Amino acid sequence: MAKTIMTVDDSSSVRQMVGLTLKGAGYNVVEGVDGQDALNKLKANPVDMVITDLNMPNMDGITLIRELRALPAFKFTPIVMLTTESQANRKADGKSAGATGWIVKPFKPAQLLGVIKKVLG
Amino acid sequence: MAVEIDTSAFTEEAYELLSELEDSLLELEESPEDQELIGRVFRAMHTIKGSGAMFGFDDVAEFTHNVETVFDLARNGTIPITKDLIDLTLGARDQIRAMLDAAAGGNAADGANAARIIAGLRALTPGADGSPPAAAKSAAGKPAEKEDAGPHTFRIRFKPHGDIFANGTNPILLLDELRELGDVRLIPFLDDLPHSLAEIDPERCYVSWEIFLTTEQGENAIQDVFIFVEDECDLNVRMVDRSEALAEDGPDKRLGDILVERGDVDPEVLEEVMQPLGERLVRSGLVNKGKVEAALTEQQIIKEKRESKKQQAAAQSVKVPSDKLDHLVDLVGELVTVQARLNQTSATLNDHDLQLIAEEVERLTGELRDNTMSIRMLAIGSTFNKFKRLVRDLSKELGKQIEMTTAGAETELDKTVIDQLNDPLIHIIRNSIDHGIEPPDGRSAAGKPSVGRIHLSAEHSGANVLIKVTDDGRGLDAEKLKRKAIEKGQLAPDAELTDKEAFQLIFGAGFSTAEKITNVSGRGVGMDVVRKSIDALRGAIDVQSELGQGTTITLKLPLTLAIIEGLLVKIQSEFFVLPLAAVEECVELTREDVSATHGRHVINVRGSIVPYIRIRDRFEVEGDPPEVEQIVIAEVDEKRVGFVVDDVIGQHQTVIKGLGKTFQNSEEFSGATILGDGTVALILDLQKMVRFVEDQEHVEAGISG
Repeated sequence: MAKTIMTVDDSSSVRQMVGLTLKGAGYNVVEGVDGQDALNKLKANPVDMVITDLNMPNMDGITLIRELRALPAFKFTPIVMLTTESQANRKADGKSAGATGWIVKPFKPAQLLGVIKKVLG
Repeated sequence: MAVEIDTSAFTEEAYELLSELEDSLLELEESPEDQELIGRVFRAMHTIKGSGAMFGFDDVAEFTHNVETVFDLARNGTIPITKDLIDLTLGARDQIRAMLDAAAGGNAADGANAARIIAGLRALTPGADGSPPAAAKSAAGKPAEKEDAGPHTFRIRFKPHGDIFANGTNPILLLDELRELGDVRLIPFLDDLPHSLAEIDPERCYVSWEIFLTTEQGENAIQDVFIFVEDECDLNVRMVDRSEALAEDGPDKRLGDILVERGDVDPEVLEEVMQPLGERLVRSGLVNKGKVEAALTEQQIIKEKRESKKQQAAAQSVKVPSDKLDHLVDLVGELVTVQARLNQTSATLNDHDLQLIAEEVERLTGELRDNTMSIRMLAIGSTFNKFKRLVRDLSKELGKQIEMTTAGAETELDKTVIDQLNDPLIHIIRNSIDHGIEPPDGRSAAGKPSVGRIHLSAEHSGANVLIKVTDDGRGLDAEKLKRKAIEKGQLAPDAELTDKEAFQLIFGAGFSTAEKITNVSGRGVGMDVVRKSIDALRGAIDVQSELGQGTTITLKLPLTLAIIEGLLVKIQSEFFVLPLAAVEECVELTREDVSATHGRHVINVRGSIVPYIRIRDRFEVEGDPPEVEQIVIAEVDEKRVGFVVDDVIGQHQTVIKGLGKTFQNSEEFSGATILGDGTVALILDLQKMVRFVEDQEHVEAGISG
C-alpha cells in the first residue's frame, strides 16, 4: 500500500514541487499550509511521514515537530525538516525537538527522494 | 528523473510575496521594533529564495539570499532596523521584481543595480568582509571524496543510542542504505540487552552493529548515510584495507593484534592470555612440564607428516581427453569379463598354480576397475553452476524474480551420466521457471515472497544419486492435467488416476498445459524428452507437487553406467544378476514356509512380513523348484521385497551390456552380462519388476472387486 506523506509549507509552490515529486514516486500526499493547519489535520489522520518547513506563520516547524512527538501516533514517525544553509542552529533546534532528518533547500527531486528512502524505507 | 513543473505557480506566488514584503517593510518603517513584522519580512524573502532555487531562478535565489543574510542579522538584533536598511531592502524588492519580469520576457534586469544594493547592505553589517557565502550543501548530495581507485573495505562501528527511535529513525534502513553502497558483512552485538525481559524497554534500541563494507565509494559516502543520526549514535568508520597494510609482506595479521588495534583488548591482557596453552596448564599445576613437551613433540610430528602428505597431494594433475577415458573403461570392462573366465577355467582345471594367478588377477582387476571408475567420477557442482546463469537469464526474459540455491554440489557421478543429465535438467528447470514460478504480482497475491525459489540438490542414496529440482511456484493441477490429456486423446475420459499418476502425464509426448507458447517452453516438447533421457540412463523420475505450494521433481540415477557389483543367482539353468547395492540379505524358503502362509507370497523375516516375487513364475522358467529355495531380499522403492531363486551363486562384477533394439521393450531387464564360461546372464531391474507385479495385482483386484 502506498505510504502517505504530509508536506507542510506556507509556500504553495514548494508544496506543489514536493507534492509532484512524491506523487511521481508513488506516495500519497497531503498538504498543510502551516504548522497549526498541519497539526490539526495530522491529529485527525496520521500519516507515515511528515516533511515540514521551519519558517511558517501561525505555528513554525520546530513547534510542530515538538507537538507531533508528544502525540502517541507520531512518537516514531519520521519527520524531516526543510532548512536552508544559513540555519545551522535551527537544524540543532529541530533535532532536539525530535526531527529525524533534514533537507537543505534548494534541493532536487532526486535528493528529496533519497532522504525519504533513508528515513521511510 | 525529470519533473516538469510549471513555473507560473512560482512567479505568481513570488509577486504576491513581493507585495506583501513591500507592505511589511513600509509598516516596519513605522514601528521598527515589531518582531512580528520583521519575521514576516524575513519569511517572505526566505520563501522567494527557497522556491526560486527549486524552480530554476538561480539569480533570484542568490540575490535574495544575500539580502536575507543581512536581514537575518536585523532579526536577531545584531543590527538595528534603520531607514537605510529599509530603503535598501525596498530597492532589493524592486530588483527581485525586475528579475522575475525579465525571466517572464520583460526587459533585462539591471545587474549593476543588484550589485549596488548588495554592497550597500553589506556595508551595514558589522565587520563586513564581503566574502561570498559558502556554497549550498545538501544532506543527500555531498560529493564523495576521491580516494585512491578501486574498492576498499571499511569497518563501520554503528552503535545507536538507546533513544534513537524517539527521533523517528529506523536504524535498519541505514543498514539497508549501506548495502546499496557495496558488499556488506554485518555483525550484530546484543551485549547491551538487559538480562531479564522485564527490564527491556521496547522503545529503546539495544543493538549495535559492526559492518564491513567493501565499496567503490569513499568514506564521505558512508558518513552521509549516518548524517541524520550523527548525534544519536557512536559511529566509527575506518578503512581496514589500506594499500600500505595490504602491501606489507609479512604474515596475515593475528587475531590478537587486530583486537588490540581495534582497542577491544588491552595489550597486557592479551599478553596474559596469549601464553601458550602448555605453559598455562603447567602453571596451574594440571599437567607436568614433561608431558606438555611430549605432546608438543607429537603435535610437531603430525604437523610435519601432514605437510609432506599435502605436498604429495598437490602433485600435478593431468588433463586427458574424455574419449581416452571412455576407452579405458571399455577395456577394463573386457578385462573383468576375461578375468571371470580365468577364474572359472582355473576352478575347472583344479590347477593350484593357475588358481593362485587367477586370484591375483582378480584382485588387481578389482582395483583397476575401482580406480578407473573413480577417475570418471565428477562432482555435479559445475553442472549446477551452469544452471545459475540459465535461471538468471530466463527469469529476466520472463520478468520474474527467481533465486536459485543449490546443495550437494560435491556429489560425484559418472561423467557420462553427468553429460547426459544436462539436457533433461535444463528442460526441467525451464519448466519450473516458465510454468512453475508465478510472476511477482501473482506471487504477492498468493501471499508468497515476490522472489521465487528454485532449489537444486544432489545426494547419494545407495548406489544411486538423487537429483531434485524444487520450486515454490504454483504447483501442478492434477485435474487440469487430466482434462488436457483427455482432450489430446492420451487418456480415456473415464480413466481413474491418482494425483501421482496424473503428474506423470506431463511426460507424455506433445503434452503442454501452457495457455500461451513462450520462447522458453510450452511447445510440448521437453518433458517427454526428459523421460527418455532418464530412462536411457537407467534412472527414474518422481514428481511431487502441491497446488499453489510448488513442485519437486526427483531424478534417481545410477552412479555409473558401465559396471555394477551384482549378485549372481540361478534358476534351473538360467542365470540372473541382481544389483548388489539393493540386496540386503538372503534367506531360505522351504515348502513349509510356503504352506504356512497359505500360498500368499509373503514370508516372515524376524518378525517383519516381506512380500516376495517368484522369478521362476514371472519368467515362466520350466522345471520344478528345489526343495529349499532362496529368497534374496532387496530394498526397492524404500520397501523390502523378496525375489525367489533356486540358488545364490555369489558376488559378480557385472559389466553391463545393452540388450540391443530387439529387446528394448523388455523393461524388467536393465541389460545383460557375459559370465566367465560365455553364458549370458540377464540383469534384473528390480524396481520395474516390482512395479509390474504391483500393476498386475491392481488389475486383478479391480476385476475381482
